[in-house]
This record gives sequence, C-alpha cells and structure tokens, in this order.
Amino acid sequence: MLSKEEILNVAKLARIGVSEKDVEKYQHDLSEILDYFKKLDELDVEGVEPIGHITGMQNKFRNDHQEDFGKIGKEAIMKNAPEVKEEYIKVKSVL
Amino acid sequence: MIRDLHNDLISKKITSVELTERYFSVIEKKEQEIGAYLTITKELAMAQAKLVDEKIAKGEEIDLIEGIPSAIKDNICVDGVRMTAASKILDNYVAPYDATVIRKLKDCGAVFLGKTNLDEFAMGSSTENSAYQVTKNPVDTARVAGGSSGGSVAAVAAGEAVWSLGTDTGGSIRQPASFCGVVGLKPTYGRVSRSGAVAMASSLDQIGPIANSVEDCAIILSRIAGEDILDATSAKSGDKKFEDYLSGNIAGKTIGVPKEYVEGLDGEIKNVFEKSLEKFKSLGAKIETISLPHSGYALPTYYIIMTSEVSSNLAKFDGIKFGLRADDENDAEASGDELPKKLLETYLDTRKIGFGEEVKRRIMLGTYALSAGYYDAYYLKAQKVRALIRKDFEDAFKQVDFIYSPTAPEVAFKIGEKSKDPLKMYLSDIYTITANLAGVPAISFPIGTVEMEKKQLPIGGQLMGKWFDEEGMLNAAHTYEIN
Repeated sequence: MLSKEEILNVAKLARIGVSEKDVEKYQHDLSEILDYFKKLDELDVEGVEPIGHITGMQNKFRNDHQEDFGKIGKEAIMKNAPEVKEEYIKVKSVL
Repeated sequence: MIRDLHNDLISKKITSVELTERYFSVIEKKEQEIGAYLTITKELAMAQAKLVDEKIAKGEEIDLIEGIPSAIKDNICVDGVRMTAASKILDNYVAPYDATVIRKLKDCGAVFLGKTNLDEFAMGSSTENSAYQVTKNPVDTARVAGGSSGGSVAAVAAGEAVWSLGTDTGGSIRQPASFCGVVGLKPTYGRVSRSGAVAMASSLDQIGPIANSVEDCAIILSRIAGEDILDATSAKSGDKKFEDYLSGNIAGKTIGVPKEYVEGLDGEIKNVFEKSLEKFKSLGAKIETISLPHSGYALPTYYIIMTSEVSSNLAKFDGIKFGLRADDENDAEASGDELPKKLLETYLDTRKIGFGEEVKRRIMLGTYALSAGYYDAYYLKAQKVRALIRKDFEDAFKQVDFIYSPTAPEVAFKIGEKSKDPLKMYLSDIYTITANLAGVPAISFPIGTVEMEKKQLPIGGQLMGKWFDEEGMLNAAHTYEIN
C-alpha cells in the first residue's frame, strides 16, 4: 500500500490538489492497480529493445519555420486564455 | 449507405439541405433519450449542405461523401466550434483551427451535424465518465453505449448521423461499435494524422471512422488517411481508395483465431462466434488456431504505457494558456485566505476542480510510473514487453492473413454496473488493446445478437490485419457482411 506521503508527493508532481479524503481513496485505488502491474515481473526482458515508434519509423524532420495565423487567428487563440493583458497571456506570480 | 445517398443526391432525388434537415429532425426526436451530442453545429451544417447543392445544381461532379451528414467526436478540433473533450477543464474552449482530418473532410465537402459525447479525454469504456452526460445505447437505453467514442457510435446506431469519427487508444471505436451493432475501424498506427485531436496516449492513439457498413468505413478512411507534416508519427502510406479493394472474395485467405482469446469464452457469445467461424469457412477462408503467447500481459502493459503518456499529455491543462482556471474567489478551500493565488496554487486548484475522477486517477498513476526511481520498472519495462507482444503478431502474421476474435468479452452492460470498479472496467478492453499495442489495423463489425430482457443485444467480431493492410482486412470484413 502506498503511504500518505507517497500520494501527496505524486499529487504535487502531477499538480493535482488533493483533500484528506482523496488521499485515502488514491492509496487504495493506486495500490490495487500497481499490484496488477506487478504481473510484468514474471517476464524476463533481458536484451529486449523497447518500442519507440511501433511501425519502426525513424525521426522525421521539417523546416523550423513559424506559420502566421494572422490577426483573426491570433484573436481566436487568445480568446481561449483565461487572462490576457495587452495581447499577452498573463501568468500568476511564481513566488 | 453512403453510396446510395450519394446516388440520391446526384440524381436529384433529394438535396443535401433536405438530407441534413432530415437528420436534424431525427436528432431532435431522439437526442433527449440517447444523449449522443454535446454540441450541435446546425449553422455550419446547413452552410456546408447549401454549398453542395449549388455545386450539384451547376452540374459539377461531387465526391462520394460530399453533402452527407456526419458527426465528429468532441476531442477533434473544428475551427470556430466549441470543443470540450467532455471535460469541465475545456468547458469554454473554442477550437482556433481545424484538425488535419477535418480539413481533409471539408475539402471533400462533408457536412458536420455536431460534436459527440465521450468519456472525459477519451478515458473510459462506457461514456459514463463524461463530465456532461451519459450516452445511452440505442438498442437498449438502460445499457451503456460503450466507450470512449460512445457518442459517435450511438449517433450512427440511432440514425442521428450517417457516419462519424472517433478516436481509438485501446478499443474506443471498436468496443462501442460492438455494443451498438455498427462498424468501427481503427487504422494502422501512423495511417491517419492526429494533428488537432486531443492527445491521450500518443504512442497508441488513432482516429478512425464509424458507420453502418464496412464499405462506408473504407470510403471515409480513404479521405482521412495520409502523411501529414503536422503529425511526425504519420506514415507515407500512399493514396489508396480503400473502397476499390472490396472484391467480396476471400477464398484461400487464412484467418487465425488466438487460443488465448477464446479459451475463456462461454455462453451466447461463444455460440455466435463459432457460427461466424463457420460462415468464414463457407466463404472459402481457412481457419487456424494460433497463439499470441504474451496476451496475458497486454492489459498491464497497456495501462502502464497509457497512464504514463496521459500524465505527460495532460500537463498542458494548467489554467494559464486556455481552458478553465480556478479563480481566487471560487476556491477558498485550498488557500484559505484572500490573497491572490500563486502559480502553483493555480495549477493545483484548477486541475483539482477541472478534471474528473478517472482522469485524475490516470494522471496520478502515470506520474507515479514515470517518477524518479520507477521509470525503469514501469514505463521502460512495459515498452519492452510491448516489443514481445509485437513479436507475437509478427510471428502470427507469417502464418495467417488476419487474426479474428470477438471484439469484447461481453455485450453492452447496464449503466452504473461497473462505474465503481476501475479495474473491472479496464477488462472490457481485453481483446481490443493488443491492436493498439502492436499498431495493427482492426475492425469491429456485427456478427450476431443475444437476447437479454427482450432486447437483441449486438455482438461484434474483430478482425486484425497486418500493418498497413487495411485493404485486405476491410475486404475480409466486407465479404462477411454482404453474405
């Protein structure tokens, strides 16, 4: 079973706020599913190459250029931002 | 069906505007009961239909899908239309551009009736995880439509759209298609660009069509497939018209039935499945029992890879760039004082109130699996087991042309029956996830029904094909369907 501290640490890493009640629920749910994941311990994967792209495609490159969405396009994008100031997205203070 | 409607349009038996209105009247009649749509795009649809009618009036040639009404899963961007991914965190989001598949379909003159319901961010197997509504199965409204593309599938099954688009990460097109008695196709990984679809698990996600016939799915696939500079995983795969490969002949083809998939089958599903094998035989196919030895490891492998990628992909929902933000007033609980929130508090509170339970559970699991000290034991190990699973398929496809099983181990279950037990819900995907893990194409099509409580509940069969052999697989399913 995952400890309370472990859950709180994962929640912080995941940037998900949790209440006291949530912590208990996550302890139970996550532990149960992680136990199920242990099934893979039965397998020996020594020397097996992990999958990158499933059909074996290699890196694909494109030109490093920006595409201008134009004024209307920019407005459409900025309309979705919760807080905008003088055409910039406003970010909360860090400290 | 698409071909018939196309002929009706060009022979002027009906106009696209009339056809589109007819579908809106079905939506009006049935939507309250079914709950397939989250957003109706009537203005857009009518404008699209009018354009097609003008072309026909001028005697111009039109594409097969031109003027034919369709529905789009609400995790695919349509320019200027609200897109929620069935999450409160995107409640007010309006897509500022078209997904590549939408741009291609618009170029073909498709008509979009609306955006359909799904499990939040496509995470679920029943469409009960939508933050907005539960989509009902049109065959029996006490039962789930399946998921996560439940809205797209129910819309087609209820006659609220001719065809639709869904996304499939572990069975999200095929399992609901099986539950609702329609055809659903997941293409080969890389066949269709995902640019403009909300990413869930990027090494597994594909977009695919849902329709009333295999041929209709082939017609749609031809129009959405192809390499795209905006999705670096999309493959060069030619410019095929898949509908031209439906010869209706599968004599001499070999169909493999994985013993690991059918061992546990019993009851009516087993009977229907065995009857379908007899039918394939009568069509000239050879049936062989094969083994996919690592099948038993597919589900944990899938859940490690999927949750890990989910935790990374959903990091962008932070309350800053777009979507919901927990504001200073409506959340006294976390900060407890009147001061404006700091950045970290904004993240924590926004994601706490914006995401539903299943989404948070998966992000938490994935974050744990990727965190320092656990990466090798979980994600890396799972990607190695995935290589073994792919090897199983490579070996099997040396022996057989297609792999065949039921799509799901069950028929549509009752609403609420599994929603309290995540692990039990995950088991719904047991036959479908391997196609995503191995990257192969797979299709679900109706093979029979079982009577329960006086309702004929559909059962789907699933054919999987070799990588990029959609044409062969579609032809096998088509041959079954027309005979």
